Amino acid sequence: MTEPLLKVEGLKKYFPIRKGVLSRVSGYVKAVDDVSFFVNKGETLGIVGESGCGKSTTGRMLMRLLEPTEGKVVFDGKELTNISNDDMRKARREIQMVFQDPYASLNPRHTIEKILEEPLIVHGLGDAKSRKKKVRELLEIVGLSSYHAKRYPHQFSGGQRQRIGIARALMTNPKLIIADEPVSALDVSIQSQVLNLMQDLQKDLQLTYIFIAHDLGVVRHISDRVGVMYLGKMVEITESELLYDKPLHPYTQALLSAVPVPDPNFVRDQILIKGDIPSPSNPPSGCTFHTRCPFKMDVCTTVVPKLEEAEPGHFVACHLYGERAALINR
Amino acid sequence: MVGFAPKQTDILAKEDKVAGPWKEAWRSFKKNKVAVVGAGIVLFFTILALIGPWIAPQGLNEQDLPNRLLKPSSEFWLGTDHLGRDILSRIIHGARISLSVGFFSVIGSVVVGSILGIIAGYYGKWIDTIISRIFDIMLAFPSILLAIAVVSVLGPSLQNALIAIAVINIPNFGRLIRSKVLSIKEEEYITSAKAIGMRDVRILFSHILPNSMAPVIVQGTLAIASAIIEAAALGFLGLGAQAPSAEWGKMLADARVNFINAPWTMIFPGIAIMLTVLGFNLMGDGMLDALDPRMKN
Repeated sequence: MTEPLLKVEGLKKYFPIRKGVLSRVSGYVKAVDDVSFFVNKGETLGIVGESGCGKSTTGRMLMRLLEPTEGKVVFDGKELTNISNDDMRKARREIQMVFQDPYASLNPRHTIEKILEEPLIVHGLGDAKSRKKKVRELLEIVGLSSYHAKRYPHQFSGGQRQRIGIARALMTNPKLIIADEPVSALDVSIQSQVLNLMQDLQKDLQLTYIFIAHDLGVVRHISDRVGVMYLGKMVEITESELLYDKPLHPYTQALLSAVPVPDPNFVRDQILIKGDIPSPSNPPSGCTFHTRCPFKMDVCTTVVPKLEEAEPGHFVACHLYGERAALINR
Repeated sequence: MVGFAPKQTDILAKEDKVAGPWKEAWRSFKKNKVAVVGAGIVLFFTILALIGPWIAPQGLNEQDLPNRLLKPSSEFWLGTDHLGRDILSRIIHGARISLSVGFFSVIGSVVVGSILGIIAGYYGKWIDTIISRIFDIMLAFPSILLAIAVVSVLGPSLQNALIAIAVINIPNFGRLIRSKVLSIKEEEYITSAKAIGMRDVRILFSHILPNSMAPVIVQGTLAIASAIIEAAALGFLGLGAQAPSAEWGKMLADARVNFINAPWTMIFPGIAIMLTVLGFNLMGDGMLDALDPRMKN
């Protein structure tokens, strides 16, 4: 087995809650709490979860747009979490990001050419002429026309802007692209176009994606492997097909049962989870899902389940599986 | 079928020219008649200030005591003052003083205010607290009182009045820029600029500053108007321009003694101040409409 392109170990992000005149720290919001995973070269890892589960925070920490509270990020054999800010800035050439809101992520006062040229200028790549040439090449690659270069962002539709966002991420020939909900702001008809573009680019340019989304259908379409997050923790991570065919974690099962099926006669066997997502500033003890879990056991309220391999290549953090389950079942 | 397809080369050869945000703002400014009138007044006084000394019918300080306090006539269009000086000529000379005080004091406050505002807004934390509290303290004084205090420390002169007016306007611009930076800093295109590996300084100057300039330009135009009034007020109080300067406020002060017998000595400089201020205000309002993103589609 080859060395993964990106390895994340025990990543944590605690946001302090400050109170009072002296802004004393009165607690922490555990946005991301001990998340570990890896991404192989050339594959797409999907990360799904409800809003506020920490998936975007995780994505931002990988690029150190947010400083992790704890944990290690190893990219291409190089640890990113202990290098200086300036080295990190340079390392961003290899890791790029596509943002959720194509209306907000492009500077309204810059032309498309200026927006796309900027990554090259920042990293000192090429001269003025070759930069302009590359801008036009990439516009064509992402399905726009080179004569669009002199236009401003407000003259494009959402889907076109997202293509520009993707082109910008590709300018420096990165190895890894972190896509933070890249299609959730787009119309459904445009979503598939952008997804297909991303898949084509992956094939042509040997890209690796981390694809963050809340739409399970979208993630299934594009991902090789999928990780499910709940309240700052990775609860299940495995091959995409395995996850969709045989979800193990009760939360994943509930999520998948909520995906609409395009068949009017389909009688769904929906698993309803009760209650709201608990506050990450005061997460439940033990397994954070125990407050809403239909299969809750006594052990769940006290012991935090570890992410363990329940089946080959299928990792899940739940007391129903693994060693402890074997003990209980006996 | 092939004949209907557009020629690929034609499309690629033609890079379309598209109006940038500034050009678009200019277009919508031109549609606003009142604002154009304001801009016209400003332009008129600016030209007066630039070429004044060459077109003034009389010299600036040519005293003609036998002809003192004359009514407006064909010889002296706007009459003469208590030393027999031609008021029209003095108003024309005064335009240069008032406009340059207005312009340079605002430039000064914009530069200093922007630097402080950007530092406060972008870096935040304790440095923001310090700068913001200083602004609060400065804004707690009535501005003309603060200007009087500054001038009395530096000594009365036109130059010191200019400095005083610049100082009192700093917190207005500082706050404006700070709030703008605070909101723009959270925009996703700033995060994306960081994500492509851009340095802080470059983000500041290439993304944050250009996007926060529009309200500053509007506020700056309006501030020129109030700076002209403040300069006139300081001149009137004897803390700004000194005799025999033809500063408009100073002219009003000189006319104080005789204004019952010779109201024109006071009315015409007053009209000059009013017109200039009105011009800048109308222009500023028009710019606000043209540059305000909420007014756009």
